[in-house]
Amino acid sequence: MKFAVAAPVAALALALGAARAASPGQAQRPDLSAQDLARVAEIVRPARDFSAAEQFEAMQGGAGTVADKIVNPDIFSHPAANLSFEARQEFLVGNGLFRKNWVSSPSSTQASDGLGPLFNARSCQACHVKDGRGTVPGFDPLERSDAVALLLRLSVPAKEGSAPRVDQGEVASLPDPVYGHQLQPFAVPGLPAEGQIRIDYAEVPVALAGGETATLMSPTYRVTDLGYGPLHPDVRFSPRLAPPMLGMGLLEAIHENDILANAGRDPGDGISGRVNWLRDPRTGERVLGRFNWKAGQPDVAHQAAAAFSGDMGLSTPLFPSHYGDCTPAQKACLEMPHGAQPHLGEHEVPERLMHFVEVYSLNLALPQRRDVDDARVLAGKKLFYESNCIGCHVPKYVTRRDAARPEHRFQLIWPYTDLLLHDMGPGLADGQDEGDAGGREWRTPPLWGIGLTKTVNPNATWLHDGRARTLLEAVLWHGGEAQAARDRVVAMTPQERADLIRFLESL
Amino acid sequence: MRKLLLAAALSAAAGAAAAQAAVEPAAVVKTYADVALAGYQDALSTAKTLQQAVDALIAKPSADALRAARKAWLDARVPYQQTEAFRFGNPIVDDWEGQVNAWPLDEGMIDYVDASYGTESDVNAYYVVNVIANEKLSVGGKPIDASAITAELLRDTLHEADGNEANVATGYHAVEFLLWGQDLNGSGPAPADRKGTPQERHAGNRPHTDFDPKACTGGHCERRAQYLKVATDLLVSDLEEMVGNWQAGGAARQAVESDPKAGLAAMLTGLGSLSYGELAGERMKLGLMLHDPEEEHDCFSDNTHNSHYYNQQGIVNVYLGRYARTGGGEVKGASLSDLVRARDAALDKEVRAKLDATLAAMQAMRDRAEKVETYDQMIAEGNAEGNAVVQAAIDRLVDQTRSLERVIALLDLGNIELEGSDSLDNPQAVFQ
Repeated sequence: MKFAVAAPVAALALALGAARAASPGQAQRPDLSAQDLARVAEIVRPARDFSAAEQFEAMQGGAGTVADKIVNPDIFSHPAANLSFEARQEFLVGNGLFRKNWVSSPSSTQASDGLGPLFNARSCQACHVKDGRGTVPGFDPLERSDAVALLLRLSVPAKEGSAPRVDQGEVASLPDPVYGHQLQPFAVPGLPAEGQIRIDYAEVPVALAGGETATLMSPTYRVTDLGYGPLHPDVRFSPRLAPPMLGMGLLEAIHENDILANAGRDPGDGISGRVNWLRDPRTGERVLGRFNWKAGQPDVAHQAAAAFSGDMGLSTPLFPSHYGDCTPAQKACLEMPHGAQPHLGEHEVPERLMHFVEVYSLNLALPQRRDVDDARVLAGKKLFYESNCIGCHVPKYVTRRDAARPEHRFQLIWPYTDLLLHDMGPGLADGQDEGDAGGREWRTPPLWGIGLTKTVNPNATWLHDGRARTLLEAVLWHGGEAQAARDRVVAMTPQERADLIRFLESL
Repeated sequence: MRKLLLAAALSAAAGAAAAQAAVEPAAVVKTYADVALAGYQDALSTAKTLQQAVDALIAKPSADALRAARKAWLDARVPYQQTEAFRFGNPIVDDWEGQVNAWPLDEGMIDYVDASYGTESDVNAYYVVNVIANEKLSVGGKPIDASAITAELLRDTLHEADGNEANVATGYHAVEFLLWGQDLNGSGPAPADRKGTPQERHAGNRPHTDFDPKACTGGHCERRAQYLKVATDLLVSDLEEMVGNWQAGGAARQAVESDPKAGLAAMLTGLGSLSYGELAGERMKLGLMLHDPEEEHDCFSDNTHNSHYYNQQGIVNVYLGRYARTGGGEVKGASLSDLVRARDAALDKEVRAKLDATLAAMQAMRDRAEKVETYDQMIAEGNAEGNAVVQAAIDRLVDQTRSLERVIALLDLGNIELEGSDSLDNPQAVFQ
């Protein structure tokens, strides 16, 4: 259910703000003093002067930004610059676990087994290529790689009259009764895999002002080699590509009230972002979704544990099934040996290992921006603002003073996201609900680091299923609430479009 | 400005300590660069010895020739592992390191592996590609012509293919795999029929006939020999490049000498990062926690005890500003130790004591590896005594880093990135 009109909501937020504090219209930040609040309000105000770079703009991840590293394929893999030696050690142990290949049970290395029985990948880095975006199988039917980073979420629509939300478990949607929440194209020896994803692309030309044409690749998904009988007749596919890992601790440290303020304002063009409210499976509390393509996870710990469970079939304290996404209908799967060892704890990946993975995942550094003062970059930035891209891609925040970890506290960051759900139109729709997120809704993805995507993984592409081969194609896929902004890009002169892309490439 | 203040403060401190000659940061970073140059020169000369041994093995394969090549590899590791103290803190070294010393590697990309290794891995399409056995590869959906094993094939096509860091096609560990083969003994006992030290009995056991086209074992012996030759030659040329970077006018030397304060920060960042994060964390703690022999740094040769020991020796070299060269002789000069002593003699004593304690703990690990059991056996589950030896070295590494942090505070080098003025003149300034 969407708010039909954003304005009354904004007015309500305004009234509440005025009642509670001296600075009406400002989102309340109980973590900040009045003096801080004024400084923060000033620094996060959207840019007005595009003749030069803004103060601190190059350090897009705050003090954790790496500024002295050579830009090479490792540029997404550095620990945040403001980590202590101690946290750096935890980060590096986490890095070892992130790239570790888990093995099937039983194995001689008891602490490293437990993979599957069904799985998408054996390690985290298999999908998060060098901590950046994953690779899709490819657009040329004759040169399809065995890329594993694109997974297929499965869901069936809720029945009429039944509860519209399913908010327990790893994924907040109704699974396929046999295949579960996602298709696992691999299984341990002795068990059939679930099936293989096949993608057919149709070319869709898009005419642009100035005589240019872009060609979009419109995908159709199907599943072959089904290992467990037919899929549910109403099943819907939601392909998801592994996103980059940058700055997630900083996103977690954005104050909830700042996100709610985003939801309460009216940026024009009919844009109205919505929160994906979730229920924490452990505490039962209502929590704000921030992570994954539909904001279906509240924090990095849940996101990581969900990936261990769904993608690798490994149990963790948060998601304790040793069988991952095996369903009761997959009896043989539930009869396979698992990897939990009583003397190592009750989970295949115990809390102490998850802690390292979390420290790692929270602290991958943002690279310093390049060319912030370049005339073309600044011209592109101006166009980005004027086209109302910032309606959803909100440029900057100052993180909580009381964030859980010291390195994330009170940092001015530039992620270019409102962390909210938006109707993105039929072209991108997957028809799949996830918590409050509907089938046409996606969370605004952060844009920081996007300009180095291909430096890190030359085969990487963009959007939730990697269908966009260029940043321009990604823009042109925008519809729904972003249709007006997208149309402005279509109407730009070729030089303006090039400037806009140049700006994105500087992020 | 800050640089001037620091220099002034240091000079004042030096003046106060009348017994001490004034130690200038510029002289300290010069020693640092000199030690780096000598270290990489020694790594290069020992790699050239390895190259000769490899050429001899290929020209006339024999058990002795293989043994000689393995010994040359082990000798080459001695200076190289000491240079790892220069990796962190020097972006030029860090950028280059991946092609020289990357690990762990999926050996199945390079050559035949044991059946227990599995035949496919979703993680890595190159997992059992076996370049040596296959002249034409089709992986990642793309055909690769591997009919000639060349430097370009290894470096540009196969190394980190598909962005997978386990696809290690070049460097010390690729050569190590070719000389030793897989260590199939895990953390279990060595086969009863092998003789020598624990390392000699427990490491990989590739036969010399794997390189002998006339009595070929393992198949494709000419291609295997060619791979070994190309990978060894690449190692030599990579080391030549790094020697150049530390010679007069070289980029790495200039980076530290042009701004001595930044140079001091690079030195200490390097020592702290290697001690605490890389060595105590990723290379030791992880393997010990998982009891996983795959998490062993030099896993084919079972030489990990030496690899870790010489890392620590490299840390000592940088702090003391002295380096014992491979062929005899010593490089020495004004040191971090001198600089610290001039301001806080007690702290300098503390750091030196802790560095010694770590070296002693590493030596204990080395003694155990030479007399009792290999490193991968030490980290095995249930081996309380072996685990404790490794844990002791980890504890000392952590402890020495605490003192290094005090040195950073003493020299006022902390959080350089955080201390930008609120000025646009400084592109690294941050809001605070």
